[in-house]
Amino acid sequence: MSTATSHAEEVHTHDHSHDHEHEHHELNFWTKYVFSTDHKTIAKQYLISGILWAFIGGSFSIIFRLQLGFPDMQLDWLRPILGEWIDEGGKLDKEFYLALVTMHGTIMVFFVLTAGLSGTFSNFLIPLQIGARDMASGFINMLSYWFFFLSSMIMFASLFLETGPASGGWVIYPPLSALPQAMPGSGLGMTMWLTSMTFFIISSLMGGINYICTVINLRTRGMTFTKMPLTIWSFFFTAVLGLLSFPVLLSAALLLIFDRSFGTSFYLSEIYIQGQALPNMGGSPILYQHLFWFLGHPEVYIVLLPALGMTSEIIATNSRKPIFGYRAMIGSMMGITVLAFIVWAHHMFVTGMNPFLGSVFMFLTLIIAVPSAVKAFNYITTLWRGNLIFTPAMLFSIGLVSLFISGGVTGIILGNSALDINLHDTYFVVAHFHLVMGAASFFGLMAGVYHWFPKMFGRMMNKTLGYIHFWFTFVGVYMVFFPMHYIGIAGFPRRYYSFTAVGNDGAAAFTDMNAFISIAAIITFTAQAIFAWNFFYSIFKGKLAPQNPWNSNTLEWTAPINPEHGNWVGEIPAVYRWPYDYSKPGAEQDFIPQNVPFSATKSSNLPEEEAEIAKEKDIDGLLGAQNESYNR
Amino acid sequence: MKSTENVIEPAETRSVNPKIFTMWLFIVSIIMLFAAFTSAYLVRKAEGNWVEFEMPSLFSYSTGVLILSSIMMHYSLLAAKKDQFNALRMSISITFVLGLLFLVMQFYGWIQLVEMNVYFVGNPSGSFVYVLSGLHGLHLVSGLVVLIFALVAAFRLKINAKQLTQIKICATYWHFLDALWLYLFVFLLINN
Repeated sequence: MSTATSHAEEVHTHDHSHDHEHEHHELNFWTKYVFSTDHKTIAKQYLISGILWAFIGGSFSIIFRLQLGFPDMQLDWLRPILGEWIDEGGKLDKEFYLALVTMHGTIMVFFVLTAGLSGTFSNFLIPLQIGARDMASGFINMLSYWFFFLSSMIMFASLFLETGPASGGWVIYPPLSALPQAMPGSGLGMTMWLTSMTFFIISSLMGGINYICTVINLRTRGMTFTKMPLTIWSFFFTAVLGLLSFPVLLSAALLLIFDRSFGTSFYLSEIYIQGQALPNMGGSPILYQHLFWFLGHPEVYIVLLPALGMTSEIIATNSRKPIFGYRAMIGSMMGITVLAFIVWAHHMFVTGMNPFLGSVFMFLTLIIAVPSAVKAFNYITTLWRGNLIFTPAMLFSIGLVSLFISGGVTGIILGNSALDINLHDTYFVVAHFHLVMGAASFFGLMAGVYHWFPKMFGRMMNKTLGYIHFWFTFVGVYMVFFPMHYIGIAGFPRRYYSFTAVGNDGAAAFTDMNAFISIAAIITFTAQAIFAWNFFYSIFKGKLAPQNPWNSNTLEWTAPINPEHGNWVGEIPAVYRWPYDYSKPGAEQDFIPQNVPFSATKSSNLPEEEAEIAKEKDIDGLLGAQNESYNR
Repeated sequence: MKSTENVIEPAETRSVNPKIFTMWLFIVSIIMLFAAFTSAYLVRKAEGNWVEFEMPSLFSYSTGVLILSSIMMHYSLLAAKKDQFNALRMSISITFVLGLLFLVMQFYGWIQLVEMNVYFVGNPSGSFVYVLSGLHGLHLVSGLVVLIFALVAAFRLKINAKQLTQIKICATYWHFLDALWLYLFVFLLINN
């Protein structure tokens, strides 16, 4: 009893000191909006950077889709933007095509779906949903964004180099990436890519360390691990993945930097280039692939897990039902996190790996289907017979489940080391990972934006525009990536500028399908303008948001509509129950927020929950206030 | 407080000092970095074409210096806990000087390597020694930066029995850097 009251005092004194701090903040535009240490501002910075990057990365894909879908098209009209990259014949420059493919991958994987997704929502939701005033270290959090910004600027500047940005594919395998003579993009563009990625890794590590530390140490009273929303669990696992895998990418990049700039031979051996023998002896390019994919595979889950976590939350809220299998969801995410580290070599089946080793990695890879299926079934069973409310966020979440399943099924085919020999580096792979990782995570990102926009900006996004955006995107994504499976099976390799020697006259046979994909891609990309308009317009002119627009249970909706730095005025609410008490039999409303004690909901308590009431008395003084706020 | 900790709710959840915890997470990321380098070393060595050579003798002495500095670091922590300010200032200064001495010795170790015709550019077996010791040295520089903040705080009497967080973080990082070098050195001795 006495500890509880003394704690309450502690919180109060903290508040006061905090208020003073805040007055200082308000004096200065720079510390409030630019070099802010407030997790909410940093989240918005990440989100807006991510959206800008998404449009850049997306437009690249449109340019190379023009080449793939319409190889004979005159692209002179692009000259005002691309300049010399359109050659005299009105064609896309071949080297620049490779640069576009590389930069599309790099931007989408790292700058949009890692920084834009995890950076935005981990920052925004962790303190708000666990009941903390801010991250463990606001300063490191700010540094994390500005390292990302620096990294972004370097990568962006590399787009304007005369020799073009990095062009060796987003995986930058040596020796192609290690030798500046190998291709124009392996010159300064590659150096800037590596510099940019080094800063990006530092930024990710700073962010990740903060997320883990905050989740473990700054939860509010009563927020035990088994009462945490699944969003927080997913951000936590994402951060663990990043903490363990990004340093490995850094080591791979550092050795590559030494090879490129200092002449060491970690990855280079016995190479002739333009008839000249290079002095490098004794390196191993496969070594790079091992190091790269030790990050590269967990990176897939770094991109996907936050989307899956947010979807769990949105689907439960909008089905008005408890999430099906809460602990199974945590367990499956944990399983995915562990498996992520022991499957990397399935990206390397065709590197001449020992077939026995290939079988081991194949076996481990196929095991991932188990936790993934648990998640898919849990989403479907949560939706089953729920009172579905089709908000745009809900539609995007259901879209994610659809994409996750249809993209995941082809994973079982590709994870097979024998089948992969045929399908490796074809459009089948492109279709697979764009559905299961790219589009699914993108849908998660969109669902998150639509769902938490009211909390971020205190205003609502336009629903109708949200629906139009969803249907264009959902149908469009399937029209783009589904036909790619056939193109892949027909043997079209990815990253090729044109198809002049596909067997059985394949190039001619698939001309129409390639054109179809390109048209679908253009429509889907154009439809994103609807979102951009809706997003930026609603920030300033959207309808004002109510306190709890989706009747949701989690703590962020108990904070003021426009929370100041520090999130809650006065005390932080305590947590008494899990976040999924939707449509509980006997309850007055179809949702009971996490901060409502069991003693206030006698009519709906289960027998074991009645026993919890005695423990609630421990926090004298808080109880009355919270009962009051719920019953009002 | 103790009695309520086992109650499911609504016990206070905070358990560790976030700053010290952040330092541990940072250490985990450094461990992963060097784990990647040393496994790359093993994978590369298994492929053959591997030049063998003796470790420079200076590395053994510098290891001794670093262990000594760790002992002094521990002594400063003990002194801080007992509010023995003169002992604290003395031992933390010695730690810093020994850290600098270690870096100088590592550099002369490199010169010894060059005299043995083991260069940074050449067979990866040599390059790896430079990369591992160099990156460890770089981390040690960051350790010295953390140390100098603690040193200044110690001289301003800001470290005492009631304010131990800073010196604890500093000591944790310093001991880790010591242990990391021991690992790398033993690893290189065994696998070279």
